[in-house]
Amino acid sequence: MPETVRLTINGKPVSVPVGTTVAAAILRGGEHVFRRSVSGMPRGPLCGMGICFECRLTIDGRSHQPSCQTPCRAGMDIRTDGL
Amino acid sequence: MVSEREFEVVVVGAGPAGIAAACAAAGCGKRVGLVDDNPEAGGQIWRFGAPEGEPWFERLRRSGAEVIPGARVFDHPATGVLHAERDGERLDLRYEQLILATGARERFLPFPGWTLPNVLGAGGLQALVKSGLPIEGKRVVVAGSGPLLLAVADYLHSCGAVVPVIAEQASSRHIRRLAFTLAALPGKLLEAARRRLSVLRTRYLTDCWVVAAEGDGKLAAVTLQRNGTTWREPCDYLACGFGLVPNLELPLLVGCKVERGYVSVNEWQRTSIPGVACVGELCAIGGVDPALASGLIAGYTAGDREDKAREHFAALRRARKFASRLEAAFALREELKAIATPETIVCRCEDVPLGKIAGQHNWRSAKLQTRCGMGPCQARVCGPVVDFLCGWPAESVRPPLFPVEVGRLVDSR
Repeated sequence: MPETVRLTINGKPVSVPVGTTVAAAILRGGEHVFRRSVSGMPRGPLCGMGICFECRLTIDGRSHQPSCQTPCRAGMDIRTDGL
Repeated sequence: MVSEREFEVVVVGAGPAGIAAACAAAGCGKRVGLVDDNPEAGGQIWRFGAPEGEPWFERLRRSGAEVIPGARVFDHPATGVLHAERDGERLDLRYEQLILATGARERFLPFPGWTLPNVLGAGGLQALVKSGLPIEGKRVVVAGSGPLLLAVADYLHSCGAVVPVIAEQASSRHIRRLAFTLAALPGKLLEAARRRLSVLRTRYLTDCWVVAAEGDGKLAAVTLQRNGTTWREPCDYLACGFGLVPNLELPLLVGCKVERGYVSVNEWQRTSIPGVACVGELCAIGGVDPALASGLIAGYTAGDREDKAREHFAALRRARKFASRLEAAFALREELKAIATPETIVCRCEDVPLGKIAGQHNWRSAKLQTRCGMGPCQARVCGPVVDFLCGWPAESVRPPLFPVEVGRLVDSR
């Protein structure tokens, strides 16, 4: 059994393997819309390397965090803006 | 809070080029800081401790260079100092010599539907899978251009993905000519990938490209075109990238001279700015081999060991020769300019469609009139698109190079 970390995504508790990034954790949970664009279009990760900012979301109350470059940590509170 | 660190040599970017530079300079006794915005060293190609990079990770651990991950450099306010953001706080890095190894990003080209969730870069999807996205049993169309497509398809297949087709825009004539010349350059990426293709049981189609993506809220299928025929290919993900473009923002901010899309360097990897060297993809797209050689040259030069730097000149020359052949074979075809319609989004940050930009006459007016390139990515995605579609190269960069909180910009020591 690989080690896991527990965190919440939009209030829902999830458990992911250690080393998983926040972006991958969200996609694992079946969510594809990370945020809405300025005109309301659904968006998800594009570059996977912290360049495009399409996967940005709110982590522990701090907005605009690049989820593809952020490893999951125990107790993190993740909020997508795509709801 | 602002913290400050001082090094004799600061290396920005911990991919192969930056790691090699840091190892070489530290090996000469220099105090070296190696900073990177990712959680770990390795860059894109050696992400999450790839086994190919292990000898270099080991060398780095023994080198004495200090690795500072998770730090994003956003300003160069004066000679000798960089400002970075780390864990929500500012980190000032003082240097005597600076080696920039900021690498490259994928080039994206817009087509109808490319903003849909689950349309990703080829390297982008690979990075996500490496960082925990399960891909087993998923259908992934790999498209765009360049040797990266083969490497990505191979990786995804090894993780259990179904890759029905690899769509390469380059012509079969160019690819055949390249394969022919590769006989003289054994052990290279394409050759290895060609061997793997038989294992993949996928179709590698040259002269083929994506013309549209469709889906309700997320990707469901792509439309491919080849020799005047189009067809639909259902898929869960599209991994699509059209080669690589160097991350020139920091070299430009520092003032390094850039020519024909790359930083100009001399044989020692020194730029037009005294004390500043550039290495790896910043000088020419070429992958791991030229990255390592140029990194070693810059690192030994920074450590005043020109004799040791010189030992890597031949390796760099060989690697660059191979890379220029690749670049010629995978040159982007003119037809790709006709895929985007006037309604297709070009600037994803500000949702600016091509039709609005086409009415402008340069970058400046496009920015002022349409907000193209003014969003969080600072034209990192749409810049190369606009350069390709409209022929307007990027004009200038300004700090902050990345979005940072206002608190990071003020000195609050």
